[in-house]
Amino acid sequence: MGTLKQIFTVTLLSLRTVPQRAGSSLVAVIGITGVVVVLVGVLSIAAGFQKTLTSTGAPDRALLMRNGATTEMVSGLTGESVDTIKQAPGIARPNQVALASPSMVVVVDVNKRSTGTPANVPVRGVDASALAVRPEVHIVQGRMMNFGTNEAIVGKAASAEFAGLDLGATLTSGHLTRQIVGIFEANGSLSETEIWTDVHGLQQVYQRGNTYQSVLVRLDSPASFEGFKAWLTTNPQLELQVQRESEYYAAQSQQLTMIVQVIGFGIATLMGFGATFGAILTMYTAVVSRTREIATLRAIGFGSFAVVVSVLAESLTLAAGGGVVGALIAYVGFNGFQAATMNWQSFSQVAFQFAVTPQLMALGLIFALTMGLIGGLPPAVRAALLPISSALREL
Amino acid sequence: MKYLYLVWRNLQRRRTRTIFTLLAILVCFVMFGFMSTLRNAFTMVNAAGVDRLMMTNKVSIIQPLPLGYMTKIEAVPGVVMATHSDWFGGVYQDPKNQFPQFPVDPEPWLKMYPEFHLPPDQLKAWETDRQGAVVGRETAERYGWKIGDRIPLQATIWQPKEGSWEFNIVGIYDAAPGKDRTQFWFRYDYFDEHRRDGTGMVGWYLIKIANPSDGPAMSNRMDELFANSSFETKTATESAMIQSWANQIGDIGQIIIYILIVVFFTILLIVGNTMAQSVRERTNELGALKALGFGDGLVLSLVLAESVTLSLIAGGIGLALAWIIVAQGDPTKGMLPMYAFPVNSVAIGLGLAVALGIGAGLPPALSAMRLRITDAMRRN
Repeated sequence: MGTLKQIFTVTLLSLRTVPQRAGSSLVAVIGITGVVVVLVGVLSIAAGFQKTLTSTGAPDRALLMRNGATTEMVSGLTGESVDTIKQAPGIARPNQVALASPSMVVVVDVNKRSTGTPANVPVRGVDASALAVRPEVHIVQGRMMNFGTNEAIVGKAASAEFAGLDLGATLTSGHLTRQIVGIFEANGSLSETEIWTDVHGLQQVYQRGNTYQSVLVRLDSPASFEGFKAWLTTNPQLELQVQRESEYYAAQSQQLTMIVQVIGFGIATLMGFGATFGAILTMYTAVVSRTREIATLRAIGFGSFAVVVSVLAESLTLAAGGGVVGALIAYVGFNGFQAATMNWQSFSQVAFQFAVTPQLMALGLIFALTMGLIGGLPPAVRAALLPISSALREL
Repeated sequence: MKYLYLVWRNLQRRRTRTIFTLLAILVCFVMFGFMSTLRNAFTMVNAAGVDRLMMTNKVSIIQPLPLGYMTKIEAVPGVVMATHSDWFGGVYQDPKNQFPQFPVDPEPWLKMYPEFHLPPDQLKAWETDRQGAVVGRETAERYGWKIGDRIPLQATIWQPKEGSWEFNIVGIYDAAPGKDRTQFWFRYDYFDEHRRDGTGMVGWYLIKIANPSDGPAMSNRMDELFANSSFETKTATESAMIQSWANQIGDIGQIIIYILIVVFFTILLIVGNTMAQSVRERTNELGALKALGFGDGLVLSLVLAESVTLSLIAGGIGLALAWIIVAQGDPTKGMLPMYAFPVNSVAIGLGLAVALGIGAGLPPALSAMRLRITDAMRRN
């Protein structure tokens, strides 16, 4: 009998007998399911956060801040610098108007709806150019604010996460009072966690004079960036830092993504050891309960290799089951889950959705199969080494 | 106690199985220890002093308060002392190298935080050097700084009037494990004089009060003091302030508890299944014991004792391992200053180990108790 055929027959036999050991097999499956749920669930936090920040950056936009500023929050630009920036080559200029949107950002304390505790919510002062530079922003409820008034519009995520940011409500914080006249969407980007109002009114309330914190510029093509940057950075009057918007936000997501990934993998690996020991126990139990059967097979001429493969196949099948179930539970339970956290770099809240990506689900499945393989190996070897004569005599 | 030997021998019956069960439980408790540490680190429970209030600008902590509030605060009855601080947010060489930096008044600052220890001669040196700075042991070790080093920091928020920000390390402070040993303090007078904007303002006030139970009432009194001024305040106990910070990150404590529930449930299933298996194999023997006159209660206790012993041994080793792992230091390299093993989780952990042992052993123990001798002896 060919080895392949042997393997096939013995594997089929062991898989067919799995229902007889349903209890202990289920334990192994549940253990592996738990690990995969935790792994995929925790990593989906990092993936979601990263997705929100990276979807904020468009390759044909550049963000300008004062040199040395790590975030908009700590940057400062004078009105004159902003006027000079608008002269730079490479900026898109439909109808001769430079697409450059200066803004001022502050944070105000607004209570989280979920906990009732205060959170740093960013308020961005913008002028009428803001929408032309950010075409992804569009009003979904209410209307656009009028500039020069005490009106504000609020991002969809901010409205969902923070108390009192509803259409028609009034936001009051210190000397700032704003009527919320619209809710906007911005393609799931960071802007959706912001409150927007007229920049000149905001400058007055915060006594900032004619100063801004950043300018977001739309280039006529992504390739114009180098020339644009060179023109600005060689001007000694401007102490500027010019970055592609996408790079700025990618860098901001790094720290949190790193922490979550380290912790997620740490937890899943530890838990994976526990579940692997569980799988070993299950397979070991399976081998023990089939001692006489395996010995019989060996006695009638089946090779040890076929027996090893059959035990491994059983454990991998159970693991794959756990992996698939775990990935699905994680997807159903976590994908799209709305949360908000502190972005320490910008010192303000970011609302995002957990993202269970296909890559994460595949990773979970690989993790599960690894546990199955390691869990099946010692019992498989044990089965192969059973002394036939005494094993046949076992109960 | 005289049955301990029997329990012990039973555990050794199938040594491989016992070892793997032990390992599965052990891993579970390593996780428990590790995650309790993370939970504490994220919620920063160790940082709060019971007698300290924190006062920030009502609009947001990033808005400043005038230095002039100091005397008004200290005049309030029940206030022992007050001091102020601010967030400098500088960078050392590379934007990745961040640690908390505060411009402070040296002596009041150390009085406010008695948990931070600075040798008296180093405090004296600090008071005579305007550019002097004191750094926590962990940060000093991380960058290899020694007393006498001159450290440049790049400003992100506070641009210097001219030149750059440079500090002389005049002292290294220490604190008990679990306290923040990553901070960098320098003198407020130098900071205020050398910064381009914001002169005469501070970030927040810290207020020490005589009677810790007055915290909420005192907080209200303070806020009324500055109500309707251009800089309204928000005062709260330090623990409430820290709690609200932790909530800004998200409910990490809750997430960790959910994960631990999944872990314990999984391990409970694995151990329970193994125990059931092991009792089933011994049906004959249990029948024999009963025939010899072992009572139902005794048989129940014997099986329970077996799973509790196993669980306690594994739990103890697991917690010890977690302690060792945590002692190796913060895996995120300085982002979690409160990273230390919480001692109370040893007690909680051992309690959980007993509960796990009972939970896993109870179903097979009950079925062992209910065994009828005649059935048990006949079963093969």
